[in-house]
Amino acid sequence: MSNQVSTPVTAEIAAKLGISADEFDKIKEVLGRTPNFTEISIYSVMWSEHCSYKNSILQLKTLPKKGERVLAEAGEENAGLMDIGDGLAVAFKIESHNHPSAIEPYQGAATGVGGIHRDIFSMGARPIAALNSLRFGDLSLPKTQHLLKGVVRGIGNYGNAFGVPTVGGEVFFDPCYNINPLVNAMSVGIVEVGKTASAIAEGAGNPVFIIGSSTGTDGIHGATFASEDIGEDSESKLPSVQVGDPFEEKLLLEATLECIETGALVGVQDMGAAGITCSTSEMAAKGNAGMDVDLDKIPTRQENMEAWEILLSESQERMLFVVKKGREQEIIDICKKWDVHCEQIATVTDGGMLRYFHKGELIAEIPAESLVLGGGAPVYVREQKEPAYLKEIQKFKLSKVPEATGEEHLEVIDFLLALPSIASKRWVTEQYDSMVGTSNMSTNDPSDAAVVRIIGREQAVVVTADCNPRYVHADPEQGCALAVAEAARNIVCSGGTPIGVTNCLNFGNPYKPEVYWQFAGAIRGMKKACEKFGTPVTGGNVSFYNQSESGGSVFPTPTIGMVGLIEDAFNKKMSMNFRKKGHVIYQMGRMVEDLGCSDYLYHYRGIKHSPAPYLNLEDEHKLQKALLKLIDQELIYSAHDVSDGGAAITLLESAFPNNMGFVIETPVEIREDAFLYGEAGGRAIVTVDPRYEEEFLEVASEFGVEVLVLGTVTSGRVEIDGEYLGDIEDFKDIYMGSLGKRLGE
Amino acid sequence: MKFGVVTFPGSNCDHDLIYAMRENLGQEVVHLWHKDHDLQGCDFIFLPGGFSYGDYLRSGAIARFSPIMDEVIAHANKGGYVMGICNGFQMLTEAGLLDGALLHNASTRFICKNVHIVPASRSALITQNLEHKAYKVPIAHGEGNYFCTPDVLKKLQDNDQVIFRYCDENGRITDAANPNGSLDNIAGVCNVGKNVFGLMPHPERAADEMLANMDGRKLLAQLV
Repeated sequence: MSNQVSTPVTAEIAAKLGISADEFDKIKEVLGRTPNFTEISIYSVMWSEHCSYKNSILQLKTLPKKGERVLAEAGEENAGLMDIGDGLAVAFKIESHNHPSAIEPYQGAATGVGGIHRDIFSMGARPIAALNSLRFGDLSLPKTQHLLKGVVRGIGNYGNAFGVPTVGGEVFFDPCYNINPLVNAMSVGIVEVGKTASAIAEGAGNPVFIIGSSTGTDGIHGATFASEDIGEDSESKLPSVQVGDPFEEKLLLEATLECIETGALVGVQDMGAAGITCSTSEMAAKGNAGMDVDLDKIPTRQENMEAWEILLSESQERMLFVVKKGREQEIIDICKKWDVHCEQIATVTDGGMLRYFHKGELIAEIPAESLVLGGGAPVYVREQKEPAYLKEIQKFKLSKVPEATGEEHLEVIDFLLALPSIASKRWVTEQYDSMVGTSNMSTNDPSDAAVVRIIGREQAVVVTADCNPRYVHADPEQGCALAVAEAARNIVCSGGTPIGVTNCLNFGNPYKPEVYWQFAGAIRGMKKACEKFGTPVTGGNVSFYNQSESGGSVFPTPTIGMVGLIEDAFNKKMSMNFRKKGHVIYQMGRMVEDLGCSDYLYHYRGIKHSPAPYLNLEDEHKLQKALLKLIDQELIYSAHDVSDGGAAITLLESAFPNNMGFVIETPVEIREDAFLYGEAGGRAIVTVDPRYEEEFLEVASEFGVEVLVLGTVTSGRVEIDGEYLGDIEDFKDIYMGSLGKRLGE
Repeated sequence: MKFGVVTFPGSNCDHDLIYAMRENLGQEVVHLWHKDHDLQGCDFIFLPGGFSYGDYLRSGAIARFSPIMDEVIAHANKGGYVMGICNGFQMLTEAGLLDGALLHNASTRFICKNVHIVPASRSALITQNLEHKAYKVPIAHGEGNYFCTPDVLKKLQDNDQVIFRYCDENGRITDAANPNGSLDNIAGVCNVGKNVFGLMPHPERAADEMLANMDGRKLLAQLV
């Protein structure tokens, strides 16, 4: 090495790149010398939280990851992979793009969508559905409106052009997200079993190609940036945000799938966080191989890029292919067909050493294994401490909350329907192409989770993303179990059997013991619930350092992305909408006097501290099994889970699609408001043809599920306990129009 | 009739259209590739929806210069059938095969939702035998706001060239039912020769019984 590249860096410089003194010592030990600037830059991104999971991996390892259907376990490949029968597998994953979206919402969200799709098609799977889970601050703030509009436009423009339908997701508002929105994007793809690609480099002498866009200076140190607190000066980090090009991604998709199909590839990995550094080191480490990489061969957008800039660039729409030696031309031809750049930049070597050359000089030499999770990357146990706010929650007494009755219900219902977290998200979802691919079966027949058919087959996958962060804040363990339960319930209410989970864990700074306490609790809840439903966790991502304005943290938000399966989609899909006047409405699941964490308490009563809602996982599981049998035997005509806003909102949401109404009586055993607005888990509202009520009740009792008859479906009249509240159209206007109105339209 | 669907690099509704014509309507359909000059003996050419070349300039503005478009234009000029859906419609106006232009939606936002359209032309292949009522067909576009000069509009009306208009579910043509600001609620037009059609809504997305909406199939069935 020349003097310049061999100049060792100091611990101070390393610290500026986020490397602690201990980590610096460890690096020196691995290398047997002091690293140069390029090398320390490589360690800084690979050992960042974003790439190394150093503060979360010990917790993540406790999650259930085995299952009969699992083909690629968490951490093995770019995404989870599960067998869905008939020779097919589903690849799916959810990932955050929170920090980029906080700074530049349009590009931040767009590249989040691009990145998650690349994870799916780098495995050889064709993406068939996208979902997203979004959290924003107080919607009355101009900043929140700016972020919302930018994020939605970014997701839409990228996904719409890419040509994969956005079929579901959630949008939630709370002031804790004022400066730090959460943008979690999920992709689901289908691949034939045995035709997947692996993210591996092996076979000394095999050429390594970079495919797709040229490498520029955008997104440099994005991974490190994602591992810091968001603060006042974050906008000065603008160059850390990548810029997306969905057209290039579409070409990259077609070229990649065609290349994988040839069988000429050894391995494929997309370039996301930490760019070329991450893909070369992870692929090499996985194959116990090394790589000689010539940075001069990499097509760049700017002249005279520094070596570390090329290595760390997070320019989008790029892939790394390891090609079987002698079959290069096949790959070159396919890339030419799709007008995609394709350059050989490296060669696989024996010995496990990554060697990067620039301008003819060796500028960095690092053992691949030392960089990666599961290898030399550090692993930390963090301190936990129960947060002080829990004391406030323990003081809550339901008896001190005034009970809403009679005429007041109209006021409460109108209030709840207009809440941005409850009101129709039409303003958002209409900006997404939800129908391209002609596979979304929930467009004309709405269901709790999106039912996406597999073209040419009888099966459909059923997908959802769920989490109520208010519940998790109040009780991380119970709250996260509720998120899993709700996701599973949504899938079941759509006729699907839940098969697997991907998670996106959005938390605050893990070095704060209170935050880590929340994190560990959420993981416990997820574990418990996933074990109960038999849904292994196949991967996902962790996003720490999500901050609130006051220097605190956002609500702990472990978004659960869940995939389910319907074998006979045409006949066994279930929808949420009431179908016929006179059908009998039942609540299934345990009736409990519980208003914990409800929208009613939090927003209408202004009570910010209350316990997480009730959940009994055993009962929840029974309910779901009973629902699936009822759907299979065609004994129910609609099913909709009770969640945000409680049973009153569930009933209205079931009534809206076909402009029907309902006449119901609330049970006398519990408070009226607890019944109508409580958000206890384990409940669904279903409709039954009066001719088959007996059979319905038999199935419920077979599974030991409590049922409660509420009333009947009407042609539009809404009546509770003899009080006429209005026609469904009146409620629908509020529900449909509120979000647009708040955005000034 | 032999149908051909042209795939441009950024097309994303090509497979949907092929599926609808082949599986739902039982027709012979072939893939055509934008870099080729061969229409493979097709009688009816579809230009599908999508983002042809990324459409960062103006939707369809670059696609019209692709190799296959020379042949499509020649085919149309000889009286051969051509239909552009969504992005395909945009290409046809850019290529001068259809009058008018498709501007950004009045809301300036992309819109994807079911809308209703009602047949207008009594003499075009796609509408002449179609029952006069509202059809539920989805739209998905950012630039679907049909515009033309008053002279052109008069010509379109005089020659019976407007094929569909946006309407409400009862078939009434109202401002509220116009999703994107299109002039005269125009959702689709044809040329004077009645052999080139452009339509913003996507009938291929409403052609399969698994999707619980078959109105689009009724439209496509007029072509076979």
